[in-house]
Amino acid sequence: MRHRNPSKRINDFKEVALGLTEKQALKEAELCLQCKNPRCVDGCPVEIDIPRFISFVKEKDYLGGLRTIRQYNNLPSICGRVCPQENQCQGKCVKGKRARPVSIGDLERFVADYEILAGEMQTPKVKAPNGHKVAVIGSGPAGLTVAADLARLGYDTTVFEALHEPGGVLIYGIPEFRLPKKIIRREIDYVKSLGVKIRVNWVIGRTQTVNELFREGFKAVFIGVGAGSPRYLGIPGENLNNVYFASEFLTRVNLMNAHRFPEYDTPVKKARRVAVIGAGNVAMDSARTALRLGAEKVYIVYRRTGKEMPSRHEEIENAKEEGIQFHFLSDPREIIGDSKGWARTIRCEKMKLGEPDASGRKKPVPTGKEFSIRADQVIVAVGQRSNPLLVRSVKKLKLWGDGYIVADKNGRTNLKRIFAGGDITTGAATVISAMGVGKRAARAIDSFILGHK
Amino acid sequence: MFKILKKKILAPKVEMMVIDAPFIARNAKVGNFVVLRLNEKGERIPLTIADSSKKNGTITILFQKVGKTTESLGTLKPGDRILDIAGPLGHATPIARYGRCVLVAGGIGGATLYPVIRALKKAKNSISVIMGARSRDFLIWEDRFKKFSDDLYITTDDGSYGRKGLVTDTLKEVISNKPVALVVAVGPVRMMQAVSELTRPHAIKTLVSLNPLMVEGTGMCGSCRVNIAGKTRFACIEGPEFNGHEVDFKELENRLGFYKKEEETAYKLFKRKRQKK
Repeated sequence: MRHRNPSKRINDFKEVALGLTEKQALKEAELCLQCKNPRCVDGCPVEIDIPRFISFVKEKDYLGGLRTIRQYNNLPSICGRVCPQENQCQGKCVKGKRARPVSIGDLERFVADYEILAGEMQTPKVKAPNGHKVAVIGSGPAGLTVAADLARLGYDTTVFEALHEPGGVLIYGIPEFRLPKKIIRREIDYVKSLGVKIRVNWVIGRTQTVNELFREGFKAVFIGVGAGSPRYLGIPGENLNNVYFASEFLTRVNLMNAHRFPEYDTPVKKARRVAVIGAGNVAMDSARTALRLGAEKVYIVYRRTGKEMPSRHEEIENAKEEGIQFHFLSDPREIIGDSKGWARTIRCEKMKLGEPDASGRKKPVPTGKEFSIRADQVIVAVGQRSNPLLVRSVKKLKLWGDGYIVADKNGRTNLKRIFAGGDITTGAATVISAMGVGKRAARAIDSFILGHK
Repeated sequence: MFKILKKKILAPKVEMMVIDAPFIARNAKVGNFVVLRLNEKGERIPLTIADSSKKNGTITILFQKVGKTTESLGTLKPGDRILDIAGPLGHATPIARYGRCVLVAGGIGGATLYPVIRALKKAKNSISVIMGARSRDFLIWEDRFKKFSDDLYITTDDGSYGRKGLVTDTLKEVISNKPVALVVAVGPVRMMQAVSELTRPHAIKTLVSLNPLMVEGTGMCGSCRVNIAGKTRFACIEGPEFNGHEVDFKELENRLGFYKKEEETAYKLFKRKRQKK
């Protein structure tokens, strides 16, 4: 797939990946062997009939291809852009054993974007209203999927979103240069076109409780509030000025348009030397955002090595191309500030890799050697945890770990009218896995309500 | 969209608004706040719910015009609308029968304290209120405070009304007279710090309501993190009230100055634009 020139793209927030041309898409589709036992489908958390959608592309029936995908996935233009395809469909593609796999993600994006060019939105058939109300809490990937599927089944579905704009992590978390806002808004318009209502500024747990929703006649509630609370290191200096948690840094830019301050009212600090701690997608997004805000040097500081980085492969490549530098085997111990309380240096300990840990990755072990990294801005991107606001407001809801909801693969919790899915049940994971459980939860909610008529 | 129903100027640069927000008023509790955004380009700012009415479906906010957003809010009139308001947010103030309570309000802090005073009075506490202001003109809601307090003390920096001096001078006397079960202080950081330092040796339970910078206000970003007894806490979902004896006020003050430069830039541009008009 084509990418914009790194030296140009780091000066703005426009999308980096340009997508396939029609010619490229046709060529890519020809690569597909149309396997009888397609492995790619096994690798897809929502089991899209990949060979079938690609066969439509071969026939130049791009909208037919899109219709096929939408039977399984309500948000294809998003998944085409943010799925870690190398671990999913493409990772299983038999072609990949000899040469390279078919670029399934790029093709998915191609057919979804084709609809935008074609102009008209394809809306599937929606069943006649069945009169049952379902509430969906959170408008991220899990919530939007549940809502769309239930609306198609005829349910009167309302999504409650705490922020002023729907989309959840797609809006506040993933930067414009990776997933343009207009793409998300279009997908949300699609969900609304199915009859889904979305109420913004509506903080369930505060504005209204889950019990009040039941009292208002909602038959079931789906909780898809994400793991939207930042984890941090707990080291000295983490509350100095110019130390950001990645969630705040990205929210300021993505949701509040702080990169366009003072046209927009929300500011964000621009710094010369920025160190991002962590090596997941959020870390890459933060590093590349800092670069676009004008940083001269941006470092990824990670306690393991390049091999263990959890980020999507394409984003690591993009980050490298853009000049992001990597400090591996470096574990921050303290952020040291100046006399006025602003971050200046990170004191790190050099690590080495030891035995594999519970995650199967080799565990970083301290070496006792210390060194410093100069940075006038530090962005902490070491993962997410459960946000207690809603979860703790629901009495008797069974939780695990530090506040995640216990739910089965169909989203069932220990309370029969409450379903849950996405990061709030699994801990931080991917957009597509949230959508996968969203699909199954919609079916589980449907059978629960119809079984209790 | 949230319609402004009433507006009143309470003091120089301090205004009060009554806003139509039935879904927020319905569950609003003492000590809660809202986050509002004026328009598409606006920032999200937290403001205490100074009063609310379930019956009328309204909330009351007080604000001091100190920067672009609050100045812009001040240009709105009854009938105008605010784009986004989310709430009620934050923990409710724990209301119980404590005994003798002393409430210390510094400047606009009175907005936060008023519902607390009313609720504590209703819970049959004996209430002493100390209000501090720069001068008589800056004193807000004296009548409301009087109504719910057993003793009301007023201090002004310039002595134009009440006693000349700081709230802590008066507090020192008030706590030495009779035993005090609870002190609640809301106002500028330095004032809350001074109050906490004063009550610490007496081991008087002291609540302060913190006002760190916030972005979304629902525990997602960590902008509002404060250091409480050496631990990082999020004021938006774990506060905004904390034990004053455990707050790292120095860090709070430092973090409040994080965007000073940007705040000044935005304010300057705003004033220039208004002058042109």
